[in-house]
Amino acid sequence: MQTAKTVTVGTMESSDIMITLKPNASGITIDLDSNVKKQFGAHITALMTEVLQKLGINDIAVEAVDKGALDCTIKARTIAAAYRLQGKTDYDWEALNSWNV
Amino acid sequence: MVENKLKREIPAKYADQYGVYDGEFAHIDSYQAATKTIKPIKPNESKLLGSIHEAIVKTGLKDGMTISFHHHFREGDFVMNMVLAEIAKMGIKNLSIAPSSIANVHAPLIDHIKNGVVTNITSSGLRDKVGAAISSGIMANPVVIRSHGGRARAIASGDIHIDVAFLGAPSSDEYGNINGTKGKATCGSLGYAMVDAKYADQVVAITDSLMPYPNTPISIPQTDVDYVVQVDAIGDPDGIAKGATRFTKNPKELLIAEYAAKVITASSYFKNGFSFQTGSGGAALAVSRFLRQTMIDEDVKASFALGGITNAMVEMQKEGLVDKLIDVQDFDHPSAISLAENADHYEIDANMYASPLSKGAVINQLDIAILSALEVDTDFNVNVITGSDGVLRGASGGHSDTSAACKLSMVIAPVVRGRIPTIVDAVTTVVTPGSSVDVVVTELGIAINPARQDLVEMFKDLKVPQLTIDDLKDKAYAITGVPEKIEYGDQTVALIEYRDGSLIDVVKNV
Repeated sequence: MQTAKTVTVGTMESSDIMITLKPNASGITIDLDSNVKKQFGAHITALMTEVLQKLGINDIAVEAVDKGALDCTIKARTIAAAYRLQGKTDYDWEALNSWNV
Repeated sequence: MVENKLKREIPAKYADQYGVYDGEFAHIDSYQAATKTIKPIKPNESKLLGSIHEAIVKTGLKDGMTISFHHHFREGDFVMNMVLAEIAKMGIKNLSIAPSSIANVHAPLIDHIKNGVVTNITSSGLRDKVGAAISSGIMANPVVIRSHGGRARAIASGDIHIDVAFLGAPSSDEYGNINGTKGKATCGSLGYAMVDAKYADQVVAITDSLMPYPNTPISIPQTDVDYVVQVDAIGDPDGIAKGATRFTKNPKELLIAEYAAKVITASSYFKNGFSFQTGSGGAALAVSRFLRQTMIDEDVKASFALGGITNAMVEMQKEGLVDKLIDVQDFDHPSAISLAENADHYEIDANMYASPLSKGAVINQLDIAILSALEVDTDFNVNVITGSDGVLRGASGGHSDTSAACKLSMVIAPVVRGRIPTIVDAVTTVVTPGSSVDVVVTELGIAINPARQDLVEMFKDLKVPQLTIDDLKDKAYAITGVPEKIEYGDQTVALIEYRDGSLIDVVKNV
């Protein structure tokens, strides 16, 4: 889906990630700033891409400032950002929960 | 490339020059101690000079020489920056510097490296900005990282020959009798500086508190000092204690400390007359708090505490729980005060503290050591020098010395820090070999080195969760994921000497 909105979630606290979603003409682009980029940068980018795609967002520019967040945090912040971007509040808990295998 | 005993690859050029690590006590051999050149002082001659500039001129410092500093002022040090600024202004180049360690406050060093003033460095540690700059490859020659005992050995054996030592002196008289317990910037023990004073060809005492002759107590005697310079300030007293932590409220650190104290008090070493060394980190200080309580409850007293002295140890001595404090360095002001006032708080030099080539260091008499770690791997090897991103940011300190020599060495660390696993497959850089590490203590429980079956037996009924080191690593990776391997360049930016002078690892540029 396309949207003109920009949303930001998260904080700059350690073990958190601040994610900003902005409109993008085509595809998912991720600009990641992370204190663990060398060790986990590719993993974090792949994880955010996967979550966004699962929520039907395929054209978006992501700016993320990561302070060593764990996967659970990164997923939760990405989901929250995606829902907020889409203006949705009807959280599909069952579907979200099914990702946690 | 030469592979050492820990399967770390050492470039042939450095392997030839230094030798490679081949076991904790493989290179402990007889040797001829280093000598120095002495310029005698006649009656009626004065040692007092007007400025650092004049001292540099008088010592005849020139291109290619080696100069040294001590790090007793820690983050409050003004001396190294002051001296190097003057040297740079005078156009002297190509110097080797041999400070006992380097702190964040020494960031101006980066420019001196870039301008060719400093071309070789040996140090215990390298902190944030300087560490990052050196990791990026700004030096042609690698930094040589030495432990505190290893540095004392290198100076005593002549591996480091100091032409001029510029020693910050909290107080000195005009004839060079120095101590660290009087003056404006008191740092307490001068343990690291005492070695420099003994072996350097020339010693310049730089003080902001000139005392009437004779200045006592005498930590560094007039017979080791050539010149005395008075300046406005040698250090910021607040900076000396910077980084020394207060009692932690972090539940993870408290749990680690509680487990560590249980290991100590359940060990056969915990009896009247035992000895211990803790560090200055939050968890280490908490260990001494828990230990103190059990010592009171079970009426057990220690013969000595060694270090790296903190106020926590000073208070235990005042309570009569510890007989003597053996002090190579002080981490806070109350410890410096105690050194001045208390006859059973005794100052020693780094040679006596930890040198593997002395006639027996104090650590050889030590029962229990509490040590920290940036990383521990499944072979129990410990890294305290590079971050998991491969960047130099820590310090070797007394880690490899103490753990090799004491009877029970305990490494305390959380399983993860943020997203960084602490227990890993292979440490980024080895500083201390796994054979020196007896017990790893984390918030999830302890792992005993299987090489110490006596400890496995000793702790079989201990009420602390016990895991294998592989279990701890798996638990860490389950939380953080498996980190990608760091991509290094081809340039060697640091050589990690083991305490005996052989190379235990190298650090490449990133």
